[in-house]
Amino acid sequence: MGRAKLPRKSTTIDMTAMCDVAFLLLSFFILTTKFKPSEAIAVTTPSSVSSKVAPNKDFVLVTIDKDGKVFLTIDDKQKRELVANSMNTTKNLGIDVAKFKAASFIGSSFSGLNSFLSISEENRKGDQLPGIPCKDTANNELTVWMQAVNEAYAGSKMDLLLKGDNLSKYPSFKGVLTAFKKNNIQKFQMVTNPENAPAGSELYKRSMSGEKQEN
Amino acid sequence: MAELDTSGGGHKKGPGVKKGKKLSTRVDLTPMVDLGFLLITFFIFTTTMSQPTAMKLLLPDDKVKPDEQNKAKESGALTILMGADNHIYYYEGQLKSDASNFLSASYNGENSIRDVILKKKAYVRSISTDPNDPEHDLVVVIKPGQNCTYKNVIDILDEMSINVVKKFALVDVFDIEQQLIDKSDATATPSSN
Repeated sequence: MGRAKLPRKSTTIDMTAMCDVAFLLLSFFILTTKFKPSEAIAVTTPSSVSSKVAPNKDFVLVTIDKDGKVFLTIDDKQKRELVANSMNTTKNLGIDVAKFKAASFIGSSFSGLNSFLSISEENRKGDQLPGIPCKDTANNELTVWMQAVNEAYAGSKMDLLLKGDNLSKYPSFKGVLTAFKKNNIQKFQMVTNPENAPAGSELYKRSMSGEKQEN
Repeated sequence: MAELDTSGGGHKKGPGVKKGKKLSTRVDLTPMVDLGFLLITFFIFTTTMSQPTAMKLLLPDDKVKPDEQNKAKESGALTILMGADNHIYYYEGQLKSDASNFLSASYNGENSIRDVILKKKAYVRSISTDPNDPEHDLVVVIKPGQNCTYKNVIDILDEMSINVVKKFALVDVFDIEQQLIDKSDATATPSSN
């Protein structure tokens, strides 16, 4: 009967391997993360239960910021050139086509357009720009812009998006809708934050039963 | 936990070193691993998590003549009006001349507009004569006032989606309705959204 000698073994685990794996994962995520480009126009969109994802390529975006100022963004550079050329011929504005093509968004009236384009890209902040005038029904410049955009997209599908701020008032929204209606644009989408269907509502019940949403 | 042992045991004495007093430096790597995982979780969560969604809206064709459009039956019509400061009002059918059916509701909480819509839906179903489409007569007319916000409009359009209302229209307010809205806004208590 010997003394029960429990051999004591060292319990320190070498954690360097886990550390390596952690840093490998970290590097993977750093390299695959895409930061959203900081927007010149700060907009807080409302949320909706829609489940369709907003397109982020080849779209035409009308933005309404919280003060009701309207800005137009055309994603496709070729179409920007077409729009600039058509505006030059129809309205004789004398826009610098190259600068228009490089501008990420348009935010001024026709008269102020050249001075808008002369401001450098970083200094074009939404809160300092006047926006496209569209509240006045007699002088809805957005109608003319949308007409040019329509012509540029004739034949191909246009993804028209409207991104409004929560606090923007209805008259600017109405101005935008009028511009669309005058150009026979019936279909467009509004950019919102995603939200789950409220529990207990009919939409919720339908999504739970697996019914196909026609949104 | 994790440690680095830099004491380096067992190598030959450096030249001329009298007393090679090697202090054992044990570096604890726990905080570094913690930081590592924190950064990982940060990057996991910021790689395109929630993409903005798009809500479709179809505008009615202005050119279609009014008599060719579907006439809304008075029994199935619900009109929702939005005023300033997140005030919301509604009336069923036609607006009575003494505005007695001009009622107010709220966006959330008790007497919410969702309850109003659901009640109207249930009512339309109960008086419906068409078994295949009991909600055929339900039409919701959305009239945003001059001072309501874009968020109010989107919220109501969202309610149409949530409550599965198939027929709705976005139209302008009449002057008399705008006056009613302004009057009620002035007397009502400010509400939240």
